[in-house]
Amino acid sequence: MLGLGIVNGLIVTMKNFFRKPFTISYPEQRVLQHPRFRGEEFTWYEERCTACASCAKFCPLGIIRIVTHPSGETPTEGDSYAIDAFDIDIGRCMFCGLCVEACPYDALFMGSGFEEAKPSRRNLVITVDHLRAADKRPSTWFRPQLEAQGYDPHKGTEVTWRDAGREHFLYHVPQRPEQESSTATEEGKP
Amino acid sequence: MPIRSEPVTVNVGPQHPSTHGVLRLRVTFDGEVILDMEPVFGYLHRGSEKLGEERTYTQVITLTDRLDYVASMTNNQAYVLAAEKLAGIQAPERGMYLRVIAAELQRVASHLVATGFLLNDLGAFATPLMYCFRERERILDLFEMLCGARITLSYMRVGGVFQDAPEDFWPALRKFMADMPHYLDEYEQLLTDNEILVTRTKGVSILNADHALNASVTGPVLRASGLPWDLRKIDPYEIYNRVQFDVPVGKAGDNYDRFKIRIDEMRQSLRIIEQCIDQIGPGPVRAIVPSLIRPPIGDAYGRIEGPKGELGFYLVSDGSIAPYRFKIRSPSLINLTVLRDILIGWKLADMIVTLGSIDINMGEVDR
Repeated sequence: MLGLGIVNGLIVTMKNFFRKPFTISYPEQRVLQHPRFRGEEFTWYEERCTACASCAKFCPLGIIRIVTHPSGETPTEGDSYAIDAFDIDIGRCMFCGLCVEACPYDALFMGSGFEEAKPSRRNLVITVDHLRAADKRPSTWFRPQLEAQGYDPHKGTEVTWRDAGREHFLYHVPQRPEQESSTATEEGKP
Repeated sequence: MPIRSEPVTVNVGPQHPSTHGVLRLRVTFDGEVILDMEPVFGYLHRGSEKLGEERTYTQVITLTDRLDYVASMTNNQAYVLAAEKLAGIQAPERGMYLRVIAAELQRVASHLVATGFLLNDLGAFATPLMYCFRERERILDLFEMLCGARITLSYMRVGGVFQDAPEDFWPALRKFMADMPHYLDEYEQLLTDNEILVTRTKGVSILNADHALNASVTGPVLRASGLPWDLRKIDPYEIYNRVQFDVPVGKAGDNYDRFKIRIDEMRQSLRIIEQCIDQIGPGPVRAIVPSLIRPPIGDAYGRIEGPKGELGFYLVSDGSIAPYRFKIRSPSLINLTVLRDILIGWKLADMIVTLGSIDINMGEVDR
């Protein structure tokens, strides 16, 4: 019968009319991302970083710039380079996460945010000071040790460099000159 | 006095260079009837093939995300299979199952986009499109659990997938699998018997099987013409020889068959995912592969049945860390070439619908 298909279709539309809306109004309500979400605002632990520049070599776009000089402070403890610049140009970043995958010391993590809007492209470069000062809320992308803890960057507390690693912190030499010495001495005893 | 009419050439699109899917159609009309048509493309050319020659085998994966941006997962899969063939790497079994689950989810998502936009072009403004996008959104949520991104996934690696699925992925996938057949029933109830849809699409822009073969058309467009050519059956890659599924074929090769075959293929994809969930076992997901792969000198062609047709990657290695030549056989470009022949004699309104039913993606056409 002509028109039956349209009536049948209208039944579906009416059913959906009484369903709960699937969408949310964004600025007021937010959907929390999965902990594995590859977001911006990279989390970087200076204590772990040796400035090997693996991340810069693996970046498909070459947007990570690392400048170092030999520090010569404590070479026996693996501290042979001091970092002058660690710039990530997230204006050109595509958040593929290959830099995080390349990092052999688990020093670089993807961030968990997605709302980095700046009035100028120049401000989109994350400098080393920005990285030092940023919240340590890493994404669990490619970091199974965080995922095993059930860590959620939107709910949990900030992760210190000791808790973020693949290996136990006791296997690393804990003290560093710029570290706060109180926690380092009580936790870092082998 | 008789009314004299002359052919008029009209440029359809692109509206703006920054819009997505910039395709220009140079159409010659006689009144409303199409006399000639020529698709003009290249507005979205990014030189992906040349860029791939300057990147290592792992970095190229990020380029393949951007070819067909509604089906990134299958692009990854095709490239990764070609690179594995070239380097002689075998992915572990769990990795292959995860790749198949992800690729079939992506096929469902891509067909949902195709169906939704076909109906949007037909004039069913936004209602079926929104229904389709509601389900696609759930698939994208699953992808976010798998790999942390929704569109540009970079999930697969040469030798498997980058990491195992998180714990909460499996319950979410099962819930999606339980819901999706009902949604598909809903689409069928809404659409397949709808008189407006049937009148507008049945018998329109017929592509017969001989013509489709000669034009080397693949994918749902070819199967709608009645040829059961599916690389998952004919040349099984990964673990497709261990799962049972049917290849839906159409009869007439008109716009309606091209629409209907996508709904049927979504059901078959769900069947494949269900069997994969049953069969998947524990184990590693990624073979141990050096971070800079140096394949032996030679070439390899890896192909898969993508959502839009046969997607192939041809890689030539000169023994270095980057491919010497990186060629993409994209189904969208080749399917677009039949558009002129099946459109001549039809009207302007059918042109947009036929373009939607062929389901091209300009990111893949222009590369």
